[in-house]
Amino acid sequence: MQTEEHLLPTTALEVQAPVCQEEEYELVYHKPETMVDVSMHYCPGCAHSLVHKLIMEVVEDMDIQEKTIGIAPVGCSVFAYDYMNIDMQEAAHGRACAVATAIKRLMPEKYVFTYQGDGDLAAIGIAETLHAINRGENILIVFMNNAVYGMTSGQMAPTTLAGMKTTTSPDGRDTSFYGSPIKVAELMAQLPGAFYVTRQAVNSANAVRRTKKALQHAFQYQQLHKGTCLVEIIGNCPSNWKMTPLEASKFIDEEMVKTFPLGDIKLPRAEDLKNIREEN
Amino acid sequence: MTEAKLMKGNEALAEAAILAGCDAYFGYPITPQSEVLEYLAREMPKHNRIVMQAESEVASINMVYGAAGAGFRAMTSSSSPGFSLMQEGISYLAGAELPCLLVNVNRAGPGLGTIQPGQGDYFQSVKGGGHGDYRMIVLAPASVQEMADFVFLGFDLADKYRNPVLILSDGAIGQMMEKVEFKSYTPPVVDKSFWATTGKPKTRERNYITSLFIQPERMEQHNLKLEAKFKLMREHEVRWEEMNTTDADYLFVAYGLSARICQKAMDIAREKGIKVGLLRPISLFPYPYQRLEELASQVKGMLTVELNSGQMVEDVRLAVKGKVPVEFFGRLGGMIFTPEDIELQLENLITNYHAN
Repeated sequence: MQTEEHLLPTTALEVQAPVCQEEEYELVYHKPETMVDVSMHYCPGCAHSLVHKLIMEVVEDMDIQEKTIGIAPVGCSVFAYDYMNIDMQEAAHGRACAVATAIKRLMPEKYVFTYQGDGDLAAIGIAETLHAINRGENILIVFMNNAVYGMTSGQMAPTTLAGMKTTTSPDGRDTSFYGSPIKVAELMAQLPGAFYVTRQAVNSANAVRRTKKALQHAFQYQQLHKGTCLVEIIGNCPSNWKMTPLEASKFIDEEMVKTFPLGDIKLPRAEDLKNIREEN
Repeated sequence: MTEAKLMKGNEALAEAAILAGCDAYFGYPITPQSEVLEYLAREMPKHNRIVMQAESEVASINMVYGAAGAGFRAMTSSSSPGFSLMQEGISYLAGAELPCLLVNVNRAGPGLGTIQPGQGDYFQSVKGGGHGDYRMIVLAPASVQEMADFVFLGFDLADKYRNPVLILSDGAIGQMMEKVEFKSYTPPVVDKSFWATTGKPKTRERNYITSLFIQPERMEQHNLKLEAKFKLMREHEVRWEEMNTTDADYLFVAYGLSARICQKAMDIAREKGIKVGLLRPISLFPYPYQRLEELASQVKGMLTVELNSGQMVEDVRLAVKGKVPVEFFGRLGGMIFTPEDIELQLENLITNYHAN
């Protein structure tokens, strides 16, 4: 199996599998088996590693590793397939929804998701995203919105807040010049093909729990073949926001949610949910 | 073989795709190849295959990527402006080593150009097209029969090398109607389990499709691996057809539609006592350099005939290495030469170089 050299296997660091040092303690948490046991390249405080893990926990909980295919984008999460222990395809920039469309159409019983950032999904790839949702492709789109291009070091994204400074909007985003940030979830929820659209965050324990719940629902809804699920996640990007991880979490609560309010935007109708089955 | 049918080139190609076991076709309308999408939109569902009209050629080629990456026989077709839009995706397909069949029914350009036939996409097809170091086998049909035959061959070669294969046709071959017979064919069983993304069972490591190798040492190894495949293609997949070369003093070199017209020009010239032959490259990559070099020792001159401003002629000159004069004759903008035009150019060549 290929392993990227920039990844350190934890065995090289002589880290042992988690064991309880004292017998009276019960092991209550472990990394999901659906994660590859390597260290990640993400910055401290970055939301990607957490969201990767949440998705893989859902895949493990539902026992659908064998039925799940993920699509990685171009951007910080381009290496998602180094961490998620499932079959994956790395798509060209912006094209994840086209790639996912083909896979799902050919294998309708599989669980197919894309994992895309704001540049990938909302700038270069908005056509593929919009049309996939409009066709009601039975895929899950996990949309990481951190309001900047992360991989290329903090340029302005379609979701950059009004007035927010980035390397390509050094005086702050001028909406008279560049328009306002695109509210992807609200926009896509307008399409009849959208089945479930929600916006969540991962900047607090409660937010993480809600995001995991949203991802669980979105995976389960794929069984219904009723349309596209879009889970937008407001992601922390302390490195490019020039903040500490804690400041970044605070920034989401105090600033990001003003433009991108959290919560469900489009919910399935109750009668559509009757046929959800428990896997395994 | 089945009984002969009268079909358009584009429709013969589409029917062949079904017979060749194409699992999925993704396309976007563009003249002069929309019949492929239309035919398959009508026929593929009857065979429980996937056919989709995508939102763009960019989406089409990336849908092909997804389907091919999951181990399915996948295909798209387009014409010049649309095919330009696919170049990034083709580079990714080659980089990720995904087998698929691509079709470009060439029209005249540049830009939006015109919907009439052209051969101006030769460089794009055989010299790369997209970014980075890659090649793909390029097959140039000169008849409706070959529009069908090359679909089977193309899919098989794609699987053999885990690389995209291109059928480079043109607006005339795509649109004209001719007799075609379809061979009986069973798609070979190809083991794709060690790379296709079909869902990871506990019994194997995960498969992932990527063209990204961020470490230059790894990237170079990957490049060398691809290059080794392209070398094998050059050694084993050169295809061409010769007519009247045994006694030839002069040689037409032309592919596709141009080669068809050269056949008639050859007849006219031979009636006048000029011993001219025709070499028709069938694979434009890999190119029949070696055979052309051999013929350069035999003939006194070559006339390369193309519906462009002179693209393949560069490869002919590379092959001939200056041994004999290589002249070029072309028409542009969707205009097509007559056999008489070509024959006259041959006479001019003879007059210029060998008049007594």
